[in-house]
Formats: sequence, structure tokens, C-alpha cells
Amino acid sequence: MEKNIKKITGAESVIKVLLEEGVDVIFGYPGGAIMPIYDALFDYKENINHVLVRHEQGAIHAAQGFARATGKIGVVFATSGPGATNLITGLADALIDSTPLVCITGQVSSKLLGTDAFQETDVIGISMPVTKWNIQITKAEEIPSAMAKAFYIAKSGRPGPVLIDITKDAQFEITEFFYKKCTKIRSYHLKTESTLADIEKAVKLINQAQKPLVVVGQGVILSGAERELLAFIEKSGIPIASTLLGLGAFPNHHPLYVGYVGMHGNYAPNIKTNECDVLIAIGMRFDDRVTGDVSRYAKQAKIIHIDIDASEINKIISVDVPIQADAKEAINKLNSLIEQRYHLSWLQEFRECEKIEVETLNKTETSLPENQLKMDEVVQALSKLTKGEAVVVTDVGQHQMTTARYYQYNQTRSNVTSGGLGTMGFALPAAIGAKLGVPDKQVIAIIGDGGFQMTLQELGTILQSKIPVKIIILNNRFLGMVRQWQQMFFEKRYSFTEMVSPDFVALAKSYGIEAKKLEKREGLEDELRQMLNYQDAYLLEVMVAKEENVFPMIPTGASVSEIRLS
Amino acid sequence: MEKVFTLSVFTEDKIGILNRITIIFTRRHLNIDSITASESEIIGVFRYTIVLKTNEEQIRKVLGQIEKQVDVLKAFVHQDSEIVHQEIALYKIKTDSLSNGEVEKVIRENHARILTVDTLFMVIEKTGHTVETQLLFEKLKPFGILEFARSGRVAVSKPMKELSTYLKELEQSN
Repeated sequence: MEKNIKKITGAESVIKVLLEEGVDVIFGYPGGAIMPIYDALFDYKENINHVLVRHEQGAIHAAQGFARATGKIGVVFATSGPGATNLITGLADALIDSTPLVCITGQVSSKLLGTDAFQETDVIGISMPVTKWNIQITKAEEIPSAMAKAFYIAKSGRPGPVLIDITKDAQFEITEFFYKKCTKIRSYHLKTESTLADIEKAVKLINQAQKPLVVVGQGVILSGAERELLAFIEKSGIPIASTLLGLGAFPNHHPLYVGYVGMHGNYAPNIKTNECDVLIAIGMRFDDRVTGDVSRYAKQAKIIHIDIDASEINKIISVDVPIQADAKEAINKLNSLIEQRYHLSWLQEFRECEKIEVETLNKTETSLPENQLKMDEVVQALSKLTKGEAVVVTDVGQHQMTTARYYQYNQTRSNVTSGGLGTMGFALPAAIGAKLGVPDKQVIAIIGDGGFQMTLQELGTILQSKIPVKIIILNNRFLGMVRQWQQMFFEKRYSFTEMVSPDFVALAKSYGIEAKKLEKREGLEDELRQMLNYQDAYLLEVMVAKEENVFPMIPTGASVSEIRLS
Repeated sequence: MEKVFTLSVFTEDKIGILNRITIIFTRRHLNIDSITASESEIIGVFRYTIVLKTNEEQIRKVLGQIEKQVDVLKAFVHQDSEIVHQEIALYKIKTDSLSNGEVEKVIRENHARILTVDTLFMVIEKTGHTVETQLLFEKLKPFGILEFARSGRVAVSKPMKELSTYLKELEQSN
């Protein structure tokens, strides 16, 4: 037996594993069944920053924001029962958006399992559909190896959330601590199936294409393939579009960048999806918000799909060249084989579509009351002032689509939003996590008046942990996206979408957060500048037009080529 | 078009893995016709045999999502022609229904066998495909079936590649 093996509690071994894995931030909330772990944490206060949130949903969204902004694994502590069930939304969000998380929940003592004990819930059962992997631990000796697997699984392959449920007796139990990082699991398929023949097939299509289009997703960011992507685009000369979660993977100011695809994406890349001859999809999963009607999606094109997740290939769209591989690996291989090409007249077609989009949208906007601010004005001013270099965290709805459309994301990991699940209430806690992850960057949450009120209790976390995050509430006094649909598809029957809100400025101030309200166009840039330059947390409420609609828009069931500009 | 598919799923011996697999069917609103579980020829590796009716596209996607599970080693999908499969059925009937000799005839003709005879009841066993066990059910019905139970399908595949070969490949590749 090795000399350095020490006897410690299971609870302390949890903390020691976190240190071994390089964890320096935990988002959590204590409670009965996780008290031994919190007690152990008390001795490691200097080594690990534990952020006390106001609700477990806040903890997990913060961990997501942290993971998305840094590329590291987000770590969450919660107690059993309600503590654990409050994590479910965040787990579902992280699973669908491929965010690596390790969540540790306390559980009642093993002898009480299954007895409806106080604060007992079957968190393993409940979280199973929304975790990449989960495990319940009833013996202290199992903690290090299970956690090693958890950290390995969360980050490798297609990342995702894992949950470890540890019974209270296992936390108290004394065990010998020995840690070895996990590097391999027999049943866990990380092998990629793509062959040189697949790559060569793709290269041939790319080299011969007349009207190629690249669409990138978050897979590029998760694989750290941003530089390789840039090289690929500059060599192939192919116009590049992004999905919502892919924003930031490629600098938006680049001349070959043609916008983002999907329901509220740009006109050009959506229209051109149904005109291109080769579609190269990298690290994206053909979400229905991207494809519109799949039976009329890129039918004319040869499709090359690069994805690390084998089950995503041919799931939504049948592809001609499937390349099941890590994006970086695959792009590198392509780069060595493709020819230097230019597609100038094809690119010009995108520029013409862009012109149509801008001109039509400008016309539509003039129909709104002159003196009222529009969401896009705020986002454009912010984009200009921050030079597209801030980390922008958005919630869900109109403000989210407007930000995606108008903020110029020039840096990777600068776009944090709830994409797949569309979780309102995501942004405020996610921004807290992002700021802790990248303290030297400007982190700005843009939130609607509805979403803000879903998790506004996290203002307390900002107060207590002094997190200098900037918050912009775009207040249109409506649940705007639902209202827009009611206007367009439900005969303007505004069923429960009008929203009365409290005085957000007074609310923020009650939490010690500097705040201001802007109701007019005049002073927009000054107010934004003041917010950006403020050293601590700052909330800016901007009153925007009540009934502004987000365009472009592909109505549900329509094809990408039927995208509407008004 | 809907067809009968048999899935053979090989997993590590982990709590909850069955739940993880069935969730994938539930999500797609697919009903499982039968499911059986047992340890395979390799210690610590479990095999689940799942039978359901669906179309090829669905089953291919389900298979991908099953294989993606961390604790699943390998999953295969087969049509009936690619496997040898079997089920077992037990029929409990009253012992006194033997008296007129008709039951004996039915048992002989269907290649069934009597497992036990009690003073009040007896248990007949029949192995075969569902149609066969169902046929016997219909024939015994007139004599009064007190209880009936049919197992899920167990199946082995016709291709000769062994599971241990797949396991070796997995261990080398990861």
C-alpha cells in the first residue's frame, strides 16, 4: 500500500477530487443531505470559490454560463429533494446545448432510500433523460472513481451534464483517498468512424463546387477549431454562415461571413441554403429552428455533415458525405487537401440579399412610433461600443433573436444563450457564471422583462459575491415573442402576454446594484457607455417599442426559402 | 412501413441502464412489445433483447441513441430472418380437464410438455414463436385456462462475429 494514502471522509474526498480536477469555482446551495460536503468545503475556502446562489436553478445556469465562457467544466452543489429537482431545467438545457457540467447532489442516507424519507427524491430516475450520465453513490470508497468518470464523460466527445448523487452516509464514511484521472471507459465510444475515403469525397465536392455554403455550429467552439475554420474558409473561399450557438466561432466582421441561419436568422444564408450546390455543415445538428420544413431543406445540394456525435448524422437530414469526427480533426484534414479558390460572384449574391434585408427591415421599422426605441438600435449601439468583444449573454425571446442578428460577435465564446431548450430565466445566472469565468472580459446580460423576472432572485448573488456583471433589460411590457406569434398567427388575440413589471431600477438598487432607466433614444450611447465603464454591477432598463416584431422570420412549417422580411 | 425488429443491446452491469434504454423509446412514443434481460456469454456484460414494431428509419435513429449511452457497449438491430429466436409460454389448467383425452392430444400435436401435475391444476410448457404459443393457447382455451404467461423473446444472431471480438475492438479503439 502506498504511504500517501490518507483516511478521510467521503465528503472531504469530494472536495479533494475537485481540486485534483482543477476546479476553482462551485455554484451551489446547501441543505440537509449535502451538509457533510459543505462542512468539508469550509476547510478549503481558500482553494475553491463557492458562489452561494439564491435558487438551485440559478446555480446550474451560472455553471452553464461559466462553462460556455471558459470551455471548462461547470460544477454545481445542491441538496437532495427540491434542491436536486430544481436542477432539472438546467440539466435539460445543458444536455441539448452540449454544455459540460458536473452536478453533485446530496441524498438521504442509503438505508432510507426508497422510503419517502424527508427530502428524498429519485433524482437518478428524474435526471436520467436529461443527463449524459448519472450515478448514485452509497459508499465513500466509490466517490473518487465515480467522480473521475464524471469529469471525463462531461468534457469528452460531445460534452454534456453529468450528475452524481451521494448519500449522506457515504459522505460521512471514512475512506482511503486515492485519485486517478479517468482516461478511458470501455463502453464509451469516442472512436470516430470517418475514413480517409469520406474526407476525399468531401474534398472532391468542395473543390468542384460552384455555389458552396458552410454552416457552422457550436461544435467548432467545443472542439476549439476556430483557427482551423478560419484557415478553411480563407483557403476554400466559401461563404460561411452560423447557427445561433455557432455565433462567435467565426469573426462576424470577416468578408466571407454571411450571417446566421434559422427562424430569425439573416435573409441571405437562409435563402441561399436552398440555392447552394454543396452544403458543408460543421458541428451543428440541423435543429428544426435551422431547417424549417426539412422536406424542402437544401434538396438541391450535396451535403457534407461533420459531427462528433454519430447519432446526429442522418438524424434529421440525409447527408451525402457523413464525417463522424471532431471538428478540428476533420477541418485539419480538409485543409491539407482543398484547393485555394474564390467564389466572388456567388458571394456577391449574398451581399445583394443582405441589401434587400436591410432595406426592407428599415422600411418596416418606420411603421413603429418614431419616438420609441427599437431593440436593434440598443444592440447595434452596444455592439459598436464594445467592438463586438464583450461576452453577451442572452435570455430567450425577441431580445435574444435581435441580439443574435445585430451583435457582431468577433470572438469565440462570446455568445452565451439558451439555444436548444429555450430557457427563459437563463441569462441572469448564466452571466454571473460567465463573469466569474472570464473576469477580465466585459460580460453583458441582455434580457427581456419576462425572462428577467424568472430568475431575478440572483441579483442577491450579484450583491453577495460582488459580481460586476452588466444587465440590460429590454422592456417592451410584453412577452414579446409570444405576442408576435399571437399577432401573426392567432388574430392578434393577446392571450396573457401583456406584462406588468415592478420598478426594476428600485429593485436593483435594493440589492445595492447601480441602475438606470432609459425611455428615449436621446442618450442611448451615453447611458450604455456609463454602464460599460461602471466598475461594479449595473442594470440598465431600456423601454422599447411595445409591439416591435422580429424579422426576418421563417414561419413554422415553412421552408427556408420562404423567409419573410415583413 | 412497420416491421418487427429485434434489438440486441449489450451493456455494462450498471444500475439504471435499462431505464436509460427504455427512455429512448418513450421519447419517440414507441411501444416495446417485449423485453428480456440476461447476462451474456461474457461475465459482467448484460444483453437486452427488445422487440418492437416500427419503421426502418425510426429504428436506425433509436439504435444510434442507444449506442450513444455511456454504459452501452454495442447494440444491433435485426429482422426476424437474421436471428434465431424463441419464447416460452406456461399454461395452467385444471387437472380434471385431462379426463377425456382431448388435452393429451393437444399437448402431443403441439409438442408441448407437462411441467407439473397437482391434484387441482397442472402446468403445460410450450417453447416456440409467438404464433405457436398462441395457437396452443387457442386450443387449450375450451378446457379453461386458469393462468397464462408468455416470456419475451430471446434471440441470438446468425452472423458468426462474436461479442468478445467487438469488445476487443472497443477496448483497442477508445
